[in-house]
Amino acid sequence: MKIHEYQAKALLAQYGIPVPRGKVASTPAEAREIAAQIGSKVVIKAQVHAGGRGKAGGIKTVNSPAEAEKAASQLIGTRLVTHQTGSEGVPVSKVLVEEASDVAREIYLSILVDGSSRLPVMMASEAGGMEIEEVAQASPEKIFRSHIDPAIGFQPFQGRKLAYGMNLDGGQVGEATRLMTSLYKLFIDKDCSLAEINPLVVTAEGKLLALDAKLNFDDNALYRHKDIQELQDKEQEEPLEIQARDWGINNYVKMDGDIGCMVNGAGLAMAVNDLIQYCGGRAANFLDIGTLNNTGRVVNSFKMFIADPRIKAVLVNIFGGMARVDVIAKGIVEAYQQMNIPFPIVIRLAGTNLEEGQRILAESGISFIQAEDFYDGAHKVVKAAKGVTK
Amino acid sequence: MSILVDENTKLLVQGITGSEGSFHTQRCIEYGTKVVAGVTPGKGGSQHLGVPVFNTVEKAMAETGANASLMFVPPAFAADGILEAIDAGMSLVVCITEGIPVLDMVKVHRYLKGKSTRLIGPNCPGVMSPGKCKAGIMVGEIHLSGNVGVVSRSGTLTYDVVSQLTSLGIGQSTCVGIGGDALPGSTFVDILELFEADQDTKAVVLIGEIGGTMEQEAAEFISRKMTKPVVAFVAGSTAPPGKRMGHAGAIITGSAGKASEKIKALSQAGAIIAPNPAEIGLTTKKVLESL
Repeated sequence: MKIHEYQAKALLAQYGIPVPRGKVASTPAEAREIAAQIGSKVVIKAQVHAGGRGKAGGIKTVNSPAEAEKAASQLIGTRLVTHQTGSEGVPVSKVLVEEASDVAREIYLSILVDGSSRLPVMMASEAGGMEIEEVAQASPEKIFRSHIDPAIGFQPFQGRKLAYGMNLDGGQVGEATRLMTSLYKLFIDKDCSLAEINPLVVTAEGKLLALDAKLNFDDNALYRHKDIQELQDKEQEEPLEIQARDWGINNYVKMDGDIGCMVNGAGLAMAVNDLIQYCGGRAANFLDIGTLNNTGRVVNSFKMFIADPRIKAVLVNIFGGMARVDVIAKGIVEAYQQMNIPFPIVIRLAGTNLEEGQRILAESGISFIQAEDFYDGAHKVVKAAKGVTK
Repeated sequence: MSILVDENTKLLVQGITGSEGSFHTQRCIEYGTKVVAGVTPGKGGSQHLGVPVFNTVEKAMAETGANASLMFVPPAFAADGILEAIDAGMSLVVCITEGIPVLDMVKVHRYLKGKSTRLIGPNCPGVMSPGKCKAGIMVGEIHLSGNVGVVSRSGTLTYDVVSQLTSLGIGQSTCVGIGGDALPGSTFVDILELFEADQDTKAVVLIGEIGGTMEQEAAEFISRKMTKPVVAFVAGSTAPPGKRMGHAGAIITGSAGKASEKIKALSQAGAIIAPNPAEIGLTTKKVLESL
């Protein structure tokens, strides 16, 4: 789960990490008021769940409360398109109004769990303000890593090593070490999947300040963090994906094609999308229906297809293991009974209780295109989406 | 031969009395797996599905000689269940549970260091040595005993691949689902190492997916150590970056996580890449014919 910058900074502040003075505004008038309270040059930052805001015009520096109001009015209510969003962009409904900082240096700091070592790793670089992937490619020697043993936590020597790696000096080394220790505590306490401060700046006075912050959380751990769950902003997510979740379909991702897919299992669902492309089509979605004991989620998957105006044909590919083919078949029949399905449906079934499932479909009299195997299903749905019936 | 589980496996089921635990334990027994014990705290002393139930893994092992554990414990308690099995000295733990927090698994991995337990999963279909032992939730009937090892991050895609193999008359030595989480107990490299050493495995099918760098590490191992042919497929060529595709570990967060990068690495290492997921069986057949 992602949260906004202003929410991330509030969490950092709770852990004693210095952030610029500022407040979030939902209206231009509020932005003006906050700017007046701060009383100096301020920065107006669009609050969206996407990076690349600066280049996309989502961050504006202004000199007066009146300018702050104007800048906020140019952002609030619009959609921001950055290189990380689709062409539709993401809605801006809040801006963060912050005191502008005198920046001497920009550095980079983050924590994530490293898959190879299976340990949290603190990463630091003196090349702040850039995307870390770019730094990793252009100058990997500028990235310093320190793996953290969860049994003893982050240690001061690790902080010193990283701080000297970023060419900090004097009192900044101790300050940076304390900051890193706090960030690690936050990371562990809140089950973060990523805690990134980019840039962490050294101000003209030599102080450290988290100028931007990104915190992502492990979805599997949200059950033990009610406070974090409350920070969710559904507006930032794809409407079809929210709809799917509301209907109990947790593993739905919108894609850019016109073929609806309903599959059981994430790997198989990805492979179905790949095979559709191999056969010359494009999937409109990834949908892993998961394990089910009732037909409701099958019916809701069909509701998703009806709700998506791009759909020209649908492929159902089920390999019953934990999910039983007969339950899926019953669900498909129920969906046909409940709604008018305006596009062709290709069905491939295999696995647990296959014969019963096939019997249910055959006896229902519903019209569908039967596929013999995995390839046949993808091939037939691509043809169906192109309007070829034979 | 086979790897990890065989006719000598004495299986213990953690969470045997839950609905999933019950359902799949029954299926394992029907397949012929020797299920010798179950563990559910608070239900020790009872019988379930004809299997004695114990309060602790330690007690169950002492009484029954169980040498492998299959876990169906809910996600919030699963890491603790794994730790219990490691502490008891269980040699193999297969964790089916999906949804364990990553930081819980960080602790588990830390605790595993220096211990003798091998962990498979979590979030996996389990391990199957056809005709010998089914320690998992996979469909038993689609398997056929033979000489191809299968290792995969997926569940149902593996079923499809196994049934492709079986319908072509190609049997499997062992099928290992390493799971779809970001921090699996065993990696591709761990399992490839076992298949390389198994005299009855002649070739390996590896099914990877987007996210992480496990396929690249497998490629490195294949080029340096593997003498047996490896047929590979990586799911998620069409997956958009930054989106979690069902599995916790299936998310492209950097260029290394892309399917194309993984396929490139595996191909350069000498693995034979299946052109699409429906032709993994056929690709394997050709490879076996050329041996």
